[in-house]
This record gives sequence, structure tokens and C-alpha cells, in this order.
Amino acid sequence: MTALDMPPQAGGPRSATGHGLRRRALAWLAPRPQAQAWTLLAPGTLWMLAFFLVPVIVMCAYSVMPRGEYGGVDPGFTLEAYTRFLHPVYLTILERTFVLAVATTVLSALAGYPVAYTIARSGRWKSLLLFLVVLPFWTSFLVRTFAMIFLMRDTGLINSWLIASGLRQEPITMLYTPFAVLAGLVYGYLPFMVLPIYASLEKLDPALLEAAEVLGARPAARFRRVTLPLSAPGLIAGCLLVFIPSLGSYLTSDLLGGAKELLIGNLVQNQFSTARNWPFGSAASFILMIVVLAAVLVYLRLRPPDTVRGW
Amino acid sequence: MTHTDRPAPAVEFRHVSKSFGTTKAVDSISFTIERGEFFSILGPSGCGKTTTLRLLAGFETPDPDGGEVRILGEVVNDKRPYERQIAMVFQNYALFPHLSVERNIAFGLEQRRTPRSEIAGRVARALDLVRLAPQTFARRSPAQLSGGQRQRVALARALVLDPAILLLDEPLGAIDLQLRKEMQLELKALNKQLGTTFLYVTHDQEEALTMSDRIAVMSHARIAQLGTPAEIYENPRTAFVAKFIGESNFLDGRIADRTDAWWEVEGRGGIRFRIPVLNGLASGQDVRIAVRPEWLDVFHPDAVPAGENAILGTVRDVVYLGETMHVVVSAPSTPDITVALRNEGQLINPLPWRRGDPATVAWRPEDCQILEDE
Amino acid sequence: MGASGIGKLPRWLIAFTAVCLFLMHLPVLVLIAFSFNASKFAVTWTGFTFGWYRRLLERDDILHALQASLIVGITATAIAVTLGTLIALALARHRFRGRTIYEGMMYVPIVTPEIVTGISLLVLFVFLRMPLGLSTIIIAHVAFCVPFVVVVVVARLAGMDENLEEAAMTLGADEVTTFFRITLPLLWPGILSAALLSFILSFDDFVITSLVAGSGSSTLPLVIYSMVRRNVEPSINAISALIVVATSVLLYVSDRMSRRNDPSHA
Repeated sequence: MTALDMPPQAGGPRSATGHGLRRRALAWLAPRPQAQAWTLLAPGTLWMLAFFLVPVIVMCAYSVMPRGEYGGVDPGFTLEAYTRFLHPVYLTILERTFVLAVATTVLSALAGYPVAYTIARSGRWKSLLLFLVVLPFWTSFLVRTFAMIFLMRDTGLINSWLIASGLRQEPITMLYTPFAVLAGLVYGYLPFMVLPIYASLEKLDPALLEAAEVLGARPAARFRRVTLPLSAPGLIAGCLLVFIPSLGSYLTSDLLGGAKELLIGNLVQNQFSTARNWPFGSAASFILMIVVLAAVLVYLRLRPPDTVRGW
Repeated sequence: MTHTDRPAPAVEFRHVSKSFGTTKAVDSISFTIERGEFFSILGPSGCGKTTTLRLLAGFETPDPDGGEVRILGEVVNDKRPYERQIAMVFQNYALFPHLSVERNIAFGLEQRRTPRSEIAGRVARALDLVRLAPQTFARRSPAQLSGGQRQRVALARALVLDPAILLLDEPLGAIDLQLRKEMQLELKALNKQLGTTFLYVTHDQEEALTMSDRIAVMSHARIAQLGTPAEIYENPRTAFVAKFIGESNFLDGRIADRTDAWWEVEGRGGIRFRIPVLNGLASGQDVRIAVRPEWLDVFHPDAVPAGENAILGTVRDVVYLGETMHVVVSAPSTPDITVALRNEGQLINPLPWRRGDPATVAWRPEDCQILEDE
Repeated sequence: MGASGIGKLPRWLIAFTAVCLFLMHLPVLVLIAFSFNASKFAVTWTGFTFGWYRRLLERDDILHALQASLIVGITATAIAVTLGTLIALALARHRFRGRTIYEGMMYVPIVTPEIVTGISLLVLFVFLRMPLGLSTIIIAHVAFCVPFVVVVVVARLAGMDENLEEAAMTLGADEVTTFFRITLPLLWPGILSAALLSFILSFDDFVITSLVAGSGSSTLPLVIYSMVRRNVEPSINAISALIVVATSVLLYVSDRMSRRNDPSHA
């Protein structure tokens, strides 16, 4: 007899009891792990297939169809949109986009690494500093871009102050220049660079630096030979996280660059609004997508093979 | 309906196999656990003990042709964990962090639709059983408990359901030594007091020896040996068991000739020793024996007792272990032999052995454990 | 890299970091400051006023757009969190064939530029002759939020002790009961985080929304955009300031909440 002093539970564990349908469904699913997984995956997967994959496919289809008279497409097949893209005008846009994205990435890396390094070594200030870095990350991109306009336009704050203080007579044209777009992109994406580098530095074992010091390495050497290589995964991830959105950037160049600094994103949007060339817009969009995916693949190759879940 | 002479055992595994991909985690193992028994599965990590436990719990199912798992006589291969009459205690306690201690314990009762009025009483009694005062602990959350207290709550949560079998998956691993020893004795007492069958999985051989009625030693997905603690310790059947449990000295040799009740074995380097006669042994056969350090003694080369196996060598080291002294003797052509002697106080009655002394290691022939091939 | 302390860093590094952080926040701070400027032109500070904020209340287009943004945000979040959590459960708790590929494919929507997803959805809707409006916006938002929800919830599930669910099953709870009584309550903070992320992504979205909204509907970002394009007045500063403050408060609250309940093990 048990010391729990009660008669054994009637019925015991539920076997014959329990809701019929539920029990039968669970019993059917139990030996079928694949079915279990796919039951859960089905709704979301269907949605993503229908509203992500299928649209891309339709877009590709549109890119190889002749242009319709009032926008849209006509039935048929033609590679006209893609050959059109080979025109120097459009290739320039592609080049400009690429150069801008690279410049943004480089500047972000140059600014972001020291910031990440400082935060990683900042002791009790760490959470505050992190919060300060993360906050812009969450703030509306549109608002932040407008803030740049507010600062940089001819009647904007910087110019007003320059003129009012007598340093200049005429406003400096900052808006609608490549500089403005670059500044806007770096401003927008810097947090994306800082956070991965910080994460990487956080994981660095201080004992390694101590060991290097004991072996005679001076601060600069310790940085170059221990810190930098070990934080490389974070740096590479950060570059990817800045490069990719910069390539596909639309809003920044639209608001800060104007008509002179068209990037691919703007080109695409244009084709669906004023230019009404849907096949061409689809083609340009598809090309953009391919370039982005290619960049991701390059990253996956470049990534040090040993990195675990971190980056 | 067939009428059996005795009630079905608590657990039966009949040629149970479980594979993950191409590797067999459990390879056609069979064993029985009697009702009320404290049964341990002992082995190093990767041997299959945890998989065996999970097969009994119902988290894994045997391979399609992989045998039967029976609980109280009934085949449960297709039954989900919540359909089996088991309860389980996990290594990291697995207490529900968002529920208080009493809600944790009541959880299983609620699943069985136990009336509210009964639940409070049973929870209190379960807490008493694991020696936690209900008034103090019932309302606390798991985060407010120490490791030992959490483990007791986990126990209470399982035992309150009065399961046919209690499964314990290395439950004392994260607890410190002193408390661990206490809890080992408590678990054993609970097993006897409640009459609940316990299946205990561990890699700690001392733990298994202390608490179990019987032990199954597992290695590489198979059961290497099954028996009482005394059988496992004193009559290890394979080199693995002899090495894994306690310490052993190993000697290899070939059977030469027979004198009376003994075989004469020739080892390397001219060593000769005697082993008991057993079925299945024949002249010319290679044999391996194990001798535990505590069955050996060290003598001056001239003072060896008659009738004992003896190996002449040199003292290589004397190790102070507190309760025992280990004298390590090296002899040509054999690995070092370790002898365990009781420490009668090195300050008042020190051992006469020093490094470099000639010494003979001796033991009785009947203490040779003849090992099987693995 | 922890305990070295900020004192040991070279001065130029600290200064550089301070400057960078300052510049990262300066534009928005300035924006907010000038939302209180009585003058219509940002040039000089003429006086403190709440006038621009009051003005916002008079503008029906802004109020309607705000309402639309909230409806879209809440609906899209609810759907995305449900779908995403189910996927996360499958990924974190079940081994199935094709899992690695599935995991990889899930990142594709995250890296795909918004202009591409927006255009492709527009093309799809036109192809299907679906009228553009709030429903197409919601559909689009769900599609780009789901992968983020999955990432957040998977991370949370990975940190959650699997033994808890097993323990529940040994105590008599079947899979469904275990999910509702154990998994879900413990996952809840992660789900809330994912919901917050999803809501903010949806609320702030401009590019995709502008493409699939059609002519009839407008969300707050769309209205702000047209205000920026057309006539710039401090009302924009005001609405921007409100958005920034609201987001920050939401973030802060969510951060505090998630720090208090972190019951991932016992």
C-alpha cells in the first residue's frame, strides 16, 4: 500500500477517456513526425507561398511579356525588357547603386567598428549605450529620413545656422546630392553594423588577450592579431546587413537624392508609376533581387566555416 | 483469458531496438523489472541508457521490428507517455517555472480530473513525503528554491500520482556531494516505503551500487551485465564491467594444464597463475582475468603464503588515498598492478613499502574473475 | 570583453563614439525640438507652442490614416504572429525532412528589398484583379512580418527547456494540453516581442504599403510622405515626434517586461 494513504486513482492516466476526435488525431499523428511538422507549417507556408513566392513568379512572368498600351502587359514572350536594361543609362544606375552601397558599407564599418568596440568595453554603461544604438533601429525610417531633410535642405537647420552666424552668405546645397544619399544611408543603417560587431566582440574571451599580453604582444598587435580576426565574423555580418538594404534602398534616394540620383529601387518604382512600363520594371526588380541573393551567397561562402549559430 | 501464476512484472523489454538513422542506440536488449524493485541502468554517456529510459517513458518508440516494451504485462509500444502508468523525474528537475510548487504538484492530478477537494490534501501529503513543509513551500515558485528542494518537488510531483513505475533520469547530477548522498538514501527509503517500482538511470557507479536492488550495466547499446550490486562488483563478466565499476587489474594468458581444481595459466614474461575451473574453458585457450585491488596483498618476496598466485615485482609508487593506501607494483611484461590496503594510520603504523623495494603481489586463485569476450 | 571598464579606453575612441552616437540621434532630436517652434520656418526659434500638435487633431486625413495604420497593424500582427508561431514550433520542436532548406528559405523574404516584394505583390493583385485597399495592405504586411516572427519565436523556443513539455506529458497532458498549459504561457513573452516587432514593422512601413494601397486607402506613413513631398510644415515634426516617442515608450515597456519575466528554466 502506498504511504499517500489514498486509494489509487480511478482511471489512472487517460487512455480510454479524452475527447474522441482529438485523441484520434493525436494517435494518428504520433508515429508520423513529418505529418506533425507539416500540420504546423502548413498555414504559414501557404501564406508565404501565395504572397511571396507566387508574386515573384508572376513578376518574372511579367518581365518577359510585351508592354501593354495603358500599362500592364499583353500576352506574349519577349526579352525586350532585359535587353533594354543593357542600355548605358540603366547600367549607370546599377553601377551607381552598387558604388553607393559599397561606400555606405565601408563608411559604416569605419564608424561602426570603433563604436561597437567602445560599447563592448564600456562596463556599466553597456546597456545604456546599447539602448542608444538600438533605438534608431526601431524608429520609423521615414521619420529619420525626414529628419535628415530637415537638417540638410536649403532652408534647413544647418544652412539657417550657417547663414545666421555669418559663416556663409549662400546656403550650401546638401540635399539632392550623392552626399545626401550617402549620409542618409549611413545614418539609417549604422545600427545594423554596430550590433553584429558588438555581439562578436562580446563573445571574445578576455583570457585570450591576457594570454597574448603575457606572450609579449603590445596593444596594437593584440588588436591586430587577436581582436580583429576574432571579431571578423561580426564585421562581415554587419557589412552584409548594411550592403543589402543599401542596394535595395528606395526611400533614401527618393527623398534625399531627387531625380538626379536614381538608384535601382527608384527606377523600379518609376516604371510602375509614371513610366508605365511594367515589364521593364519587373525585369529591373528581378535583377535587383538576383544581385541581392548573389550577395548573400557570397557572404555564405566568405563566412568563416567554423562559426556556429552566432553569425 | 490466460491465467498466470504470478502477476506480470512491472517492466519487460523483449528484444527492444531503437535506431536513429543508421546507428542503433539500443540493440535488441531484454530485461525485466519486478514490481517494487529499485532497478538501475548504469553506463557511460552514449551507451544507450537514456534512450532505454525514453523508450519506457514513451518519448521514443521501438523500431518497426524492434521488440516489445511491456508495462504490467501490457504491450505499450504504441502508447503515448500520457497513456502510460509512469511518472518521471528529470535531471534538471523540469519544474514548471510559471506555476507555484503546489500547482506543479497538482498538475498531474488536474489532468486526471481529481476533484478539487482531494487535490489539496494529496499535494500536502506528497510534500510531507519528500520532507518539505507544506505551509512553507506550497506557495513558493520554483525559482525561489535551492537545487535540492527543487528535486524534492519534482519527486513529489511524480509520486503524488502513485505511478506504477517511477523513472529517474540522473536526478542527482546537479546536486552537491553531501546532499547527494543524503538523497540517495532517501530515494532508497521511499522505494521501500511506497513499494513503487523505480527505474534509475545514472553514470555514477557508486550511486548505482548504493541504491539498487539490481543493476543493468550498458555499453554500446547492449546490456553488458545484469545482476545485484554484489554480483556486478564481485563477479564482473567483461573487461568493460570490471573497468567501469570500481578498479581492476587485468592479466592475460593462455591456459596450459590442469591441476586438481585449477587451471594453470601462462602469462607473459614467465608469469604463471591459477584460475578456477569453469565450463567452457579448454587447454590452449586465451584467457583474461580481472582482480580487484582489494583482493590483492603485498608481501616480501620471501614471505608469500602458500597456494596463492604470486607475481614478483618492484614497488613503483605508494599513494595515499585517505581510507586506503594504493601500492603500485611494476613487474616485467605486465601492466602495473595496483593493490589496495587499508590505511591503519601512516603516522602510527606506516606501511613498510618504499619506492624501489622488491615486493610480491599475491592473491587467492578463486578471486580471479574470468572475463568473457565483449 | 566585459569587465575592462570604460576608463581604460583611449580618449579619442571615447570621443569618437560619443560623437557618432550624438550624430545618430541629433536629427531626430532636432526634429522633435522644432515641433514646438512657433515659427513655420525652421530658421529661427520664435517661441514655444503646442499649436502644431493641435493642428494634427484638425486634420482628418491624418486621423483617418492613423486609424487605418492601427487597424492594419493590429490585424496583420495578429495573423502574422499566429502563422509565424506555428512555423516556429515546427522548426524548433520537430525534425523533418527539408528542415534546413526551409530554414534557409525563410530568410529570403527578410533580405529581399522592399521594393521587390512590393512590386511583386502589386503585380499579383493586378493579375488577379483584386481591388487594392486595406485588405491588400494587410495581406502584404503579414507576408513580410511572418519571417521576423518566426526568427524571434524560434530563438525563444530554443532557449526553453524541452524537458518541461516532456514532463507535462508524463503527468498526463496530451500534446494539445501541454501546448496550452505549458508551452504557450512560457512562450508568451517571446510572442509579445514578436508581436511588437511585427506591429512596428507594419506601422512604419512605407514602400510596400505605397505600392499596394491603391488610391483609396492611406496609412500614416503614406500621409507623412505626401506631406514631406508637398508642403513642409512643422506639423510633420509634430507627428514624427509623436511616432518616435510612442515607439520608444513601447520599446522601453517591452524591454522591462521581458526582463522581469524570463522563466526559461527552473
